Amino acid sequence: MEAFVSLANGLSVAIQPMNLLFALIGVLLGTAVGVLPGIGPALTVALLLPITFKLDPAGSIIMFAGIYYGGMYGGSTTAILINTPGESASMATALEGNKMAKAGRGGPALATAAIGSFVAGTIATLGLTFLAPYLVDIAVSFGPEDYFALMCVAFVTVSATFGDSPVRGLTSLAIGLLLGLIGIDILSGQSRLSFGVPELYDNIEVTTLAVGLFAVGEALYVASRRHVHEEKLEAVRGSLWMTKEDWKRSWKPWLRGTAFGFPIGALPAGGAEIPTFLSYSTEKRLTKYPDEFGKGAIEGVAGPEAANNAAAAGTLVPLLTLGLPTSATAAMMLAGFQQYGLNPGPLLFADQPNLVWGLIASLFIANAMLLVLNLPLVGLWVKLLAIPQPWLYAGILVFATMGTIAANPSPVELIMLTIFGVLGFLMRRFDFPIAPVVVGLILGPIAESQLRRALSISLGDPMVLMQSPISATLLVIAAIALILPFFLKGLSRFKAVED
Amino acid sequence: MSQFRKGLWRSAIAAAAVAGFVTSAAAQMELKIMAPAAPGGGWDQTARSMQQALTQSGTAKSVQVTNVPGAGGSIGIAQLVNNSKGDGNQLMVMGYVMVGALLTNNSPVTLAQTTPIARLTTEYEAIVVPANSPIKDAKDLAAAIKADPAKVTWAGGSAGGVDHIAAALFAKAAGADPTKINYIPFSGGGEALAAILGGKVTAGISGYGEFESQVKAGKLRLIGLTSAKKTANVDVPSIKEQGIDLEIANWRAVVAPPGISADQKKALTEVVDKLAKSKEWQEILKAKGWEDAYISGDAFAKILADEQTRTKEVLTAVGLVKS
Repeated sequence: MEAFVSLANGLSVAIQPMNLLFALIGVLLGTAVGVLPGIGPALTVALLLPITFKLDPAGSIIMFAGIYYGGMYGGSTTAILINTPGESASMATALEGNKMAKAGRGGPALATAAIGSFVAGTIATLGLTFLAPYLVDIAVSFGPEDYFALMCVAFVTVSATFGDSPVRGLTSLAIGLLLGLIGIDILSGQSRLSFGVPELYDNIEVTTLAVGLFAVGEALYVASRRHVHEEKLEAVRGSLWMTKEDWKRSWKPWLRGTAFGFPIGALPAGGAEIPTFLSYSTEKRLTKYPDEFGKGAIEGVAGPEAANNAAAAGTLVPLLTLGLPTSATAAMMLAGFQQYGLNPGPLLFADQPNLVWGLIASLFIANAMLLVLNLPLVGLWVKLLAIPQPWLYAGILVFATMGTIAANPSPVELIMLTIFGVLGFLMRRFDFPIAPVVVGLILGPIAESQLRRALSISLGDPMVLMQSPISATLLVIAAIALILPFFLKGLSRFKAVED
Repeated sequence: MSQFRKGLWRSAIAAAAVAGFVTSAAAQMELKIMAPAAPGGGWDQTARSMQQALTQSGTAKSVQVTNVPGAGGSIGIAQLVNNSKGDGNQLMVMGYVMVGALLTNNSPVTLAQTTPIARLTTEYEAIVVPANSPIKDAKDLAAAIKADPAKVTWAGGSAGGVDHIAAALFAKAAGADPTKINYIPFSGGGEALAAILGGKVTAGISGYGEFESQVKAGKLRLIGLTSAKKTANVDVPSIKEQGIDLEIANWRAVVAPPGISADQKKALTEVVDKLAKSKEWQEILKAKGWEDAYISGDAFAKILADEQTRTKEVLTAVGLVKS
């Protein structure tokens, strides 16, 4: 009950006209930077920090929250329309979303992403309001061995989900894991496979890989096919708006995506990528239209988008309750708090109730604003697809290059972008799924370092993986997920023989 | 409303200052400050705070901040040494972390090639344990490490960073073999904090700011800071005062490119001197909780050289740098 009263107080702070204006500026800026690959919300908040220094703390922190949520929305727009994920968490959205857009269903794809984000963001913000103090205790009890087990679940589900055959999926994943080894090993501080190139010390940038594989690879592929077989892009087919059928197929993935996103986002080392992949895999398993997956299934957009936004709200749990920033943007928001002499942590809720609840309330408002802002824009966005192909893809190339350069001003980064582009082209040409490469790059290093940390803490005893109940349960789930498909396959063959 | 108007008005003044409308008797330099890290980190915040204080106080005509991220500053310093040689308007923010990073990365460029200008701020390292730990003070921790260094697990920031070095120095001061310490690096203080709060490790080590609110809330016990004497913001005597000879600080400083003339060096030092004394800079230090540790000229150059020697010894001892 106390939370309700506090939230009502918070709402009264957030709906002050000035704070509403800050929220609006925040979501507009956030959407704009989310659309551009490379310029993420973290960079935007960093650039704004010195400007907001003299502003009222509540206002500027509300604006930062708007940028954060807005960035998540914007990232999905480019992922769907031009297959260029603005952020790594929008990658799963690009898989089905872009297929839908090419089939003339860009409108419903954008709409389900926007509404799903709204639904997930709202539920997750409610979770933040009421569950934060409890969740945080669970989150802190998550040890390195438990993270490792969670990564195992992600690896198994992801490699089984993407691509036409597990072997192709695993091959792609292996490329990603290999790329993930490049750079300074976090546990020993020594560089691996970097061949003395200093730009490689900091690991391969996920956005460079994703933009290279998705956007550049796609542009090359389309160019190579142009004279053989011209792909028809249908700007709009049918309604711009979601049909009754679309709604029916979307609402469950929204809820399931939220269920993945919020708790994993709340984990100190959870992040937004894992829940999006888990959600995509789950939807692919559960769908009634398995043949549509890979050709533009709306569930594959609805689920990951919801997971993405729920995770964004989830990362605020450790930030506000422990002062733990778990994403780059959260780290910038922490810096924002600190410049006003506020230290997020166990005491923040008690010391600064107006500010904290004002922030939480403004998250609700930012969410509603984003929905109002984005739905009318759907019609405008899909017009992008009516641009003649050569122009569109030339634009995408310029866009991708500028984004990469903006994030990391170095020629080495451009060379990598080109190499990944060619890799993406070859993988498309020979039918290897590209998403597992990025999954491997993101999750590989985490899984490795968490396993080594766990073993370091247990003084080398591998049984630590089975002693933690969380880790044991997750490992069993991973094992089942690995074996079950083969078992079911065997069973159905058996049945077929019987028939 | 009024808050916002005030804000607007102030930013207008700031903009005017940037545009050079506010003139002062000071040297009107057009400075460039490079933060050899991505936006948002400590070095970037230092660079942008300098920019703010320099322009608002009218010490410099304009200040441009650039970010050259990568490899603990190795890429930034390479650019400073190779591309900005002799540029008397260029500064680079750096810190103790860069000393270690350049050594572990085997960087071809070294700090000896730069022109040291001044140290600006410092932050002491703090050692903490979970609130329910049997370890009560630095003596207990030292005894545990001496008994078996491998059984004491440390959580802190990246390998070879200031946290790692401080943990190794603690073990050495406690009379244990520093090569045997069980140090578990995490990416950033936040993740390490979660592991300490969850009781996964024996002790945590990082800048005090990372732990302050948890210590005040009673969830972590502060064993001590790595300062020479107890500082005003904590209730616990420093580790050195508890009888373990360990003193280390994570400082931030500015350096200039190689090959600048004596006059250029003097001009840059003057600007940074004025910055350090300005009301605007002092306000920022207070707001950010940074401790003023201003030292310029030859005194700073000596500190820089000493830190390099000591760090190389420690990193060689823990096996991160091959001698």
